[in-house]
Amino acid sequence: MKKIIIVDYGLGNLRSVRRGIEKSGGRPLISSDIEEISSAEGIVLPGVGAFRDGMQQLGALQRVLIASSSSVPVLGICLGMQMLMDWSEEHGVHRGLGLVPGVVRRFPRREGYKVPHMGWNTLTLPVAGHPLFEGIPSGEYMYFVHSYYADTDTAHTLAGTEYICPFSSAIWNQDRVYGVQFHPEKSGAAGLRMLRNFIAMV
Amino acid sequence: MTLTRRIIPCLDLKGGRVVKGTHFLELRDAGDPVELAQRYNEQGADEVVFLDITASKEQRGTIIEVIERAADQLFLPLTVGGGIRSVEDIQQILRAGADKVSINTSAVHDPSLLSRGAEKFGTQCIVLAEDVRRNFTANPDATPVALPDGRTCWYEVVIYGGSKPTGIDAVTWAREAEERGAGEILLTSMETDGTKNGFDIPITAAISDAVGIPVIASGGVGTLEHFYEGFVSGKADACLAASVFHYGEMTVRQVKEYLARRGIPVRL
Repeated sequence: MKKIIIVDYGLGNLRSVRRGIEKSGGRPLISSDIEEISSAEGIVLPGVGAFRDGMQQLGALQRVLIASSSSVPVLGICLGMQMLMDWSEEHGVHRGLGLVPGVVRRFPRREGYKVPHMGWNTLTLPVAGHPLFEGIPSGEYMYFVHSYYADTDTAHTLAGTEYICPFSSAIWNQDRVYGVQFHPEKSGAAGLRMLRNFIAMV
Repeated sequence: MTLTRRIIPCLDLKGGRVVKGTHFLELRDAGDPVELAQRYNEQGADEVVFLDITASKEQRGTIIEVIERAADQLFLPLTVGGGIRSVEDIQQILRAGADKVSINTSAVHDPSLLSRGAEKFGTQCIVLAEDVRRNFTANPDATPVALPDGRTCWYEVVIYGGSKPTGIDAVTWAREAEERGAGEILLTSMETDGTKNGFDIPITAAISDAVGIPVIASGGVGTLEHFYEGFVSGKADACLAASVFHYGEMTVRQVKEYLARRGIPVRL
């Protein structure tokens, strides 16, 4: 069994993420320990809440994540995904981990659209799908809760979703760093399938 | 490609058990909230709400245990309400595996609970539960709402399960809650709750128009048509129901199939 670490930096519903990975066939450990995370064979970075708080809470773990990302698969979920990017415009401009190029922007105001984008929305997947989405058809629903979205280019986008504007709902660095805006651990069978695909890549 | 409208079954819990009898006779344990929630999940529920109506300090452990079991088995968003009085209560419930907490009476007594909760855990997990009742006495400070019969009233926030009026204007309170960091509003009208005559459309639409966060309509649903009205006339982002699902009068899937036929985007 490969060593998958869920990074605990004090934010987020880690129990659901852990259970989702277990249900998908993994045996994750929850840890905030630098040594432990450095020895992981796969890293999951969950998180809810504000971007700046998330980066601050990561603290010294930022360097560990950046170092590990060149050798092991990393999956960011929701805020965890946003922190993979260059910077965020949430409450001022704040630097992210810079592992995936792009910016985290706030949804613009638009008549008839509520923010947060909360609920089930569909993924648009490219024809030649990435293994992260194996077995998941284009048009599959996932559960989203967020007010800020990933703005990156198509080369770094694995899935797209539309709410107020089209945005990247799954991103990657063209290697082994992945991020998803939706919550796979809250997206029923389809979400668990995606987690299983990630585990298979570890 | 669009965000779907949500159908949310609500389970009332007392001492960790589902209140009221149930028509789900095939369930092994009809009083077990996790098993019932699992059934709703299979029917296509978009989220599940647990409302702890005991909500006493002594029974806290019971609900926590239920949340933990639910989070371990359901891979769906879970909201928990009832008796949440402090940031510590919020933390305990989120740590147990809930995604959102709904706060009602405590937020009226101390609105800063919304801001403090949102600051610490994010706006996405703070739901303001707002119970309202029509008031026909003159109140120049309140937001007038026109009723279908031509009368005008304002809606007053009520607390302690609807038993205590507060004098607070419901529309103003919804706006304040949004400013303070609530990410969603769960609106229950005491006028329609339990009647099966449909949601209270005028206040649902008024609050949905007044805020930029999602609004969940609750109280009064009795027919499939009522869900449609809640979304179209009430402009709700989600509809919540308890008894129609609980007593098996309709399934979540039936509601969604009906809505889809009428052109409402739902996840099927």
